Amino acid sequence: MSRATYKPVWDFPAAAREALRDKTLREALLRATGKFDEGRRALMSQLPRSEDLRRAAMLIKDDVLANLDTYLRRFSERVEAAGGTVYWAATGDEANEIIAQIARSRAIQNIVKSKSMVSEETKLNAYLLERGFHVVESDLGEFILQVASDRPSHIVVPVVHRTKEQIADILNRAFNANLSVEPTEMTRFAREKLRDEFARADMGITGCNFGCADTGTIVQVTNEGNGRLTTTWPRVHVVLMGIEKLIPSMNDLPVFLKLLARSATGQAMTVYTNLITGPRRSGEGDGAQELHVVLLDGGRTEVLGSPYRELLRCIRCGACLNTCPVYRSVGGHTYGSTYPGPIGSLLTPLCEGRKRFRDLPHASSLCGACYDACPVKINIPQMLVEMRRDQVRDGEAKLGERLLFKLWSVGMRSKLLYRLGAQFMRWGLTPWAKGGWARKLPGPFGGWTEYRDFGMPKKDPFHKQWKRLRDEEAE
Amino acid sequence: MEASLFITCLGDLFEPSIGVAMVRLLRKHGVALDFPEGQTCCGQPAFNTGNWDEARLVARRMMNVFEGSEYVVSPSASCTAMVREQFPVLFANEARELERARSLASRTYEFIEFLVKVLGVTEPNARFDGTLTYHYTCHQRALGLTEEAENLVRRIEGATYVPLERKEQCCGFGGAFAVKVSDVSGSMVNDKVDCIIRTGADAVVVNDTGCIMNIGGALRRRNVPIRVVHLARILAGEVTHP
Repeated sequence: MSRATYKPVWDFPAAAREALRDKTLREALLRATGKFDEGRRALMSQLPRSEDLRRAAMLIKDDVLANLDTYLRRFSERVEAAGGTVYWAATGDEANEIIAQIARSRAIQNIVKSKSMVSEETKLNAYLLERGFHVVESDLGEFILQVASDRPSHIVVPVVHRTKEQIADILNRAFNANLSVEPTEMTRFAREKLRDEFARADMGITGCNFGCADTGTIVQVTNEGNGRLTTTWPRVHVVLMGIEKLIPSMNDLPVFLKLLARSATGQAMTVYTNLITGPRRSGEGDGAQELHVVLLDGGRTEVLGSPYRELLRCIRCGACLNTCPVYRSVGGHTYGSTYPGPIGSLLTPLCEGRKRFRDLPHASSLCGACYDACPVKINIPQMLVEMRRDQVRDGEAKLGERLLFKLWSVGMRSKLLYRLGAQFMRWGLTPWAKGGWARKLPGPFGGWTEYRDFGMPKKDPFHKQWKRLRDEEAE
Repeated sequence: MEASLFITCLGDLFEPSIGVAMVRLLRKHGVALDFPEGQTCCGQPAFNTGNWDEARLVARRMMNVFEGSEYVVSPSASCTAMVREQFPVLFANEARELERARSLASRTYEFIEFLVKVLGVTEPNARFDGTLTYHYTCHQRALGLTEEAENLVRRIEGATYVPLERKEQCCGFGGAFAVKVSDVSGSMVNDKVDCIIRTGADAVVVNDTGCIMNIGGALRRRNVPIRVVHLARILAGEVTHP
């Protein structure tokens, strides 16, 4: 997450306008997010004491965050005791270089990767490819993205922005194939391609859903067999994980497993749950011969020490994306960074610069659906308004808007000014109105009338009717 | 019983008929509603855009205006949530004001919430000759309200009730959001309107002024002859047919 190079301010409204023109994207998004969101609601409502579980998950994560130093030390000791090696990376590039160095020192050329958001964050693929390594994504969605030189638009379902027709097209073009739009056919094709890569690879890189501090166990939750192959087939397994991924104990795992799959994809359980404690031991039949665990800070300690700490509870289930009407409308690429949706609207400004991503805290109607969906009860809407407050406090808000609210706060503190102001607003708007409605408003309010009519303030506001109403009562 | 009407600025200026209906309906239930005349706005527009100093000034005034009220009742869940959830946040660092904020928060209710939870109303005792659907406004979530309003709508005499697809999805109002990210807001309200049209209803019940302005404006822009009505107006017998 380097801030050294200049990058222009990310214009969310412009990106959104662009995305909204893409009707295929909208259909793809609505279908997928709708399915996952409904699945989540259905399964969570069937889960006994789901509210208690969410609360438990929240408290466990808060304990981890309050004592992160202790848990990290314990986790790294246990990983090493089990025969693994632990590395610490302050930045994404440091993590990338550690991994490149592990490969170099073992003369490894061929690498397979399973899906990992943190590797998207560090831009690991690009880093390794630039340095001459052969890296292949083995998650089906990520494989398609790699072939198309695209990037994920969702935390859990990376290729959610593409329809099956578009995917068939991508594969046919890249491999000069003739696949139909049948998902099974495409999956079989990708699978065959990937088998060869697995057979050649000497290093497998994965992320980690949970790290158990008491056993040093890496937990990987996935629906595709590639995840397990990546951890077991190549001789070297590298785990790249954020430092917040820990849970205190293996005993806490059931709480999170119950919540994660339900929240993410509306499944009671994913197809694979891999628990990896150390590399292959003598006498064991499978598993990597070496296990390397790279723990990435990447701005996380800064968040830990800030009022936004509870963001680090996030278990990357993507429920807030699926339920968010903004995300559903515009998709993940519109957010301009690794983590999209409500959670990304906070993580990105915090980790990649609030000035550059100044629009993101405003990319929400504050409807609260994300907070309702979050399995670890992160109060996203509240933190969005807190970040807006920080922007105003630090002089990052637009001057016109600041002046408007200064004026507004004077008007709203006087009955007389409020009522006069209302009267002036009515008069001021009159030239634009016909029959009590305006079809086009001037200036910044034009955004409203681009999509809807504006109902004029009424001639008889309630405060003018009150006396008559009160006397009605006396009768 | 006595209660004070917190009409809200949008309710006062844009949808005064809701306030009229509330006064008449609550009178039927034996509640004498008064209207503290000094009231203006709760400060939510400033709060939501990050202008907390300005929001605090206006919120402080609101606490003065409703100082003596036993109950404060508002037709808007969004403004109620502002008082209940955010006033204590705004005054977290001022012990005396925090006390007052908490006091006002504990006395403030959204209208349907007041009817159902305080007055114990379970039957709408109202009539509507037509098909109704209902949009769940977002800030009910913040108040812990789930099916209170919908259950009343379902039992309105003479009405056919058709549930709204994605009824819990935000209509895209969001205050400043509607002008700052107007394209997304517009897309959201159009999606809402599409769902409303598919119900075939004559009217959609929406219990928050901002959402009424948004959904009503979009329906009108698209020439869709479906009415947007606050439940108070049906319950008070002021709206009985499409």
